[in-house]
Amino acid sequence: MDIVNKTLAELSHLFREKKLSSREITDAFIHEIEKHDKKLNCFVTKTFDLAREMADASDSRRKNNKLISPLDGMPITLKDVVCTHGIRTTASSNILKDFVPPYNATVWKKLQDAGVVLLGKTNTDEFTMGASTETSAFGVTRNPHDPTRVAGGSSGGSTAAVAANFCAGSIGTDTGGSIRQPAHFCGVTGLKVTYGRVSRWGTIPMASSLDTVGPIAKTAEDCAMILQTIAGKDELDATTPDQKVPNYLDEIKSKVSGLRIGIPKEYFIDGIDDDVREVVNSAKEILQGLGAEIVNISLPHTKYAVPTYYIIAPCEISANMARFDGIRFGSGKHEKTIEEIYTQTRESGLGDEVKRRILIGTYALSAGYYDAFYRKAQKVRTLIKQDFDKAFEKVDAILTPVAPTPAFKIGKNTTDPLRMYLEDIFTIAASLAGICGISLPMGKSEVGELPIGIQILGPAFHEGRVLRIAHQIQKTIQT
Amino acid sequence: MITKKEVQHIAKLAKLHLTDAEVEKFTGQLGSILDFFAQLQEVKTDHTEETSQVTGLENVTRLDQVNVYTEEDSLLDCSPHKIENHSIKVPKIF
Repeated sequence: MDIVNKTLAELSHLFREKKLSSREITDAFIHEIEKHDKKLNCFVTKTFDLAREMADASDSRRKNNKLISPLDGMPITLKDVVCTHGIRTTASSNILKDFVPPYNATVWKKLQDAGVVLLGKTNTDEFTMGASTETSAFGVTRNPHDPTRVAGGSSGGSTAAVAANFCAGSIGTDTGGSIRQPAHFCGVTGLKVTYGRVSRWGTIPMASSLDTVGPIAKTAEDCAMILQTIAGKDELDATTPDQKVPNYLDEIKSKVSGLRIGIPKEYFIDGIDDDVREVVNSAKEILQGLGAEIVNISLPHTKYAVPTYYIIAPCEISANMARFDGIRFGSGKHEKTIEEIYTQTRESGLGDEVKRRILIGTYALSAGYYDAFYRKAQKVRTLIKQDFDKAFEKVDAILTPVAPTPAFKIGKNTTDPLRMYLEDIFTIAASLAGICGISLPMGKSEVGELPIGIQILGPAFHEGRVLRIAHQIQKTIQT
Repeated sequence: MITKKEVQHIAKLAKLHLTDAEVEKFTGQLGSILDFFAQLQEVKTDHTEETSQVTGLENVTRLDQVNVYTEEDSLLDCSPHKIENHSIKVPKIF
């Protein structure tokens, strides 16, 4: 039986039916990783011994009829910003290359309590700052569909690992598009949850008013299974509202007929590939075929989303990165003065993109510039959020491209940071508004057969709805 | 436009030691990024409130109870410095 190309839902079913053991599934993924990861570089740390132990534990739970959850025995990976007790967690940065957290992130604790198997920690842009994993201190992750191209970022290690059949699912983070864009580049499904839907506690932060933690897998159904386990209020993260966690797996079964899907004209600008346009059009036709109604809408402040985000995020970054001062974590060198500890740790420990964002943030927050940059950006953020509030009075969800092009060549944007920032042009507005969205594969480019996805955005705390639309589309494409 | 001197100043505030080559590179890159931000000035925001968070939550509280954490030593072990009396020993500040 071919194990590794199966979905999480299929594997979970086969495991429960006793057609496969968790150990067999786990070993099959390990075999794939050992064969192909040298080329792709999806992992910062592999945890195969632990994985086998966890798989055996799961198998004995099954033997005793004591399975804990639908995820029990399922091998997954975690982006290397999710703190794992006793397992190195680096944020793909030299400054944390030896950091072994003495605590678990809430998302990992919940997954562990659900009985999952951990195969390893996946590569990311350094501290999640990037759109290609090229800022990782441990090398770029290559796209499984074309190794001369990037996997996208920042959760590129996770999306490439799912695409390469290295794991049944993964946890990523999305601050400005870091799950959705790499999912689009790698041809997998990734969910950016509503801000506050999933606890951020123990996940190394980038921009605290924007960061979200979410699932990446082959299908929307798989993402729903993972979300079911990780969603909900957490006492340790004060930004998680006490919102009921619905039954996502039930919700995705509902038809989409009668739903109104908005298409915002601002997302079809010059410079997007014809292939990308066509893929969105075919999604539109499928949705119409399923009985959904397509409505043309406008989100007038869309063009201001990138500059707004690239002020607000670096301001929050410059504050968050202040903790990396060489005292509690760091290089281990023993410099003479406290000032030398600070500057030398940061000089050798942090990469260019992190430094660049710290500089932008420090500048934009400094006296004399605060009003012109930070305050202004926070006001425009309100207008961007209001655009979505108004749109969702008329439509149930919004259909857009994920990025203007499929995966780009390694090195294409590395010398021009601004061009890299513009990669996030279609994902960032939703992040500023704090709403949810899903990226799912929909087609291939004519040249090079690269995956192209679509993005479906929904109102805050309506993950069930975007998962449902994505699931119904995926069911239609399959049959 | 941002000058090299300004870049050196903010680097100092952010405790980043930059080489001359880095100052040169970042000055150019930050200049074009700041120019790009300027387009926000065309948006009218006189009567717009700021958004600093989107949850709508305010004054989140919890019970003031002590939870026992037994791994202080492992937390301290994350530090590259000497540990004395359950504290990280750093060079004197003044």
